[in-house]
Amino acid sequence: MKALLLMLTLAATLAAGIVLAQERRLELKDGPGRAKVEANCASCHSLDYIQANSPFMNRQVWDAEVTKMIKAFGAPIAEADAKEIVDYLSNNYGAP
Amino acid sequence: MPSRRDILKATGGLVLATGGSWLASHAHAAVPNPPGLAPLPAGAVASGDLEAIAGKLPLIKRSWRPPNYETPLSYFSEELTPNRAFFVRYHLAGIPAEIAADKWTLKIGGEAAATPFELSFDQLKHDFPAVEVVAVNQCSGNRRGLFEPHVAGVEWGVGAMGNARWKGARLKDVLAKAGLKKEALEIALNGADGPIMPATPDFQKSIPVWKALDENTLVAYEMNGEPLPHWNGFPARIVVPGWTGTYWMKHIVSINAISKPFDNFWVKSAYRIPVGKFPLIDHFTSQMTDVNEPITEMVVNSLITNIDTGQQVPVDRPFEVKGIAWDGGRGIADVEISADGGRSWRSATLGTDYGRFSFRRFSQAFTPTERGALIVMARATNRAGATQTMELILNPAGYHHNVVQRIAINAV
Repeated sequence: MKALLLMLTLAATLAAGIVLAQERRLELKDGPGRAKVEANCASCHSLDYIQANSPFMNRQVWDAEVTKMIKAFGAPIAEADAKEIVDYLSNNYGAP
Repeated sequence: MPSRRDILKATGGLVLATGGSWLASHAHAAVPNPPGLAPLPAGAVASGDLEAIAGKLPLIKRSWRPPNYETPLSYFSEELTPNRAFFVRYHLAGIPAEIAADKWTLKIGGEAAATPFELSFDQLKHDFPAVEVVAVNQCSGNRRGLFEPHVAGVEWGVGAMGNARWKGARLKDVLAKAGLKKEALEIALNGADGPIMPATPDFQKSIPVWKALDENTLVAYEMNGEPLPHWNGFPARIVVPGWTGTYWMKHIVSINAISKPFDNFWVKSAYRIPVGKFPLIDHFTSQMTDVNEPITEMVVNSLITNIDTGQQVPVDRPFEVKGIAWDGGRGIADVEISADGGRSWRSATLGTDYGRFSFRRFSQAFTPTERGALIVMARATNRAGATQTMELILNPAGYHHNVVQRIAINAV
């Protein structure tokens, strides 16, 4: 299902003729949940948004961001995945 | 049906590569924090290197996808910002590849238009009087990264702005041909770019009819005497002089007159400021609530362009403080300079007047009489009497940062 969704997203991306402005792969910090972040967040935006928005957001603020992506921007992220993503972001890119 | 190889090519292998590890990043040249203001988040400095995207000079990368690139400070020493250095800002990554001007169509209609019609690029250029206006296009969130405490979003420094000579048709002339009805309340704007996920709200905006009918509001097809760069909205964009960039719809494809407040996330929820916190004149009344309202005109602001933090200047020799000032279209009345941390101020000499929507240059010479630390500041005031703030005015989305810079230098 996830693979299908990904393929659909990519097909839509291609149909829109997306220009990817020299995006490079950003090595996110290693830690539990990283793969979930890469698989979900990177569908719509590059991962440098995470690095640039660090390290000043605490868990509550990261949670609000992930919730905004799901509720306001329609990101199809499962509840369990969302929790894992918030854990990863606040542990690795959160306020010290 | 695109092949897997096509998809990989189109996405740079990005998403399909999630099974493996992400490749190491590259070495990058750090772009310093803008002088005299609170610093960017450490992660934004680490991520914000100089990169050139197609058709642009190296700009400060704030995000790759959607592309958000900031103009480096050095380009602000002139009034007009070169097209190739002009900042790039997108909300959503569904951006069309280069649009062919001869295949592009602009639809004008909506339920409050009596005679909907379509325009080709040629018709837009030839069927209406061409007018020019020099105007600042500034992202609402310019300087968001300098908020203290930091606010989430694109972590802009001082360069999410530019000033250009825009040429186009007056929006009021285009709307007149569509037979605007009396009940028209707002003009809704949509561009060719859009979201990746179908459930993501498309970036669309509306402006009040009175602002759409302002003689300075354009459907622009030229920028500094050239076609618009792709990343700045080719083939045509809306230009709303005085108001922040959020209303300057790029790649414009539809303009709709509507009789009810536009119901869209980007108008109803995003780009809102708290009611009563900023000294502004324009209000988008049909979209106001008791607590917040859409952002409208830019606040008065200035930028010192020739002095770095820690710079050494010789005693008994004049040094010049130079920069630019701008506001939401009242025009700059005065720029005061202080070299003693705000104890005393002297009015600067203003440069050529390109009109009330433009950057205005300023300069003022100072001669330090003794060795030691100096604090250089610039404070602009517009013709409505509004001036820059000394203390940041906090607001949830990090808009309207116009704090006076305090640049520490040394007389030696």
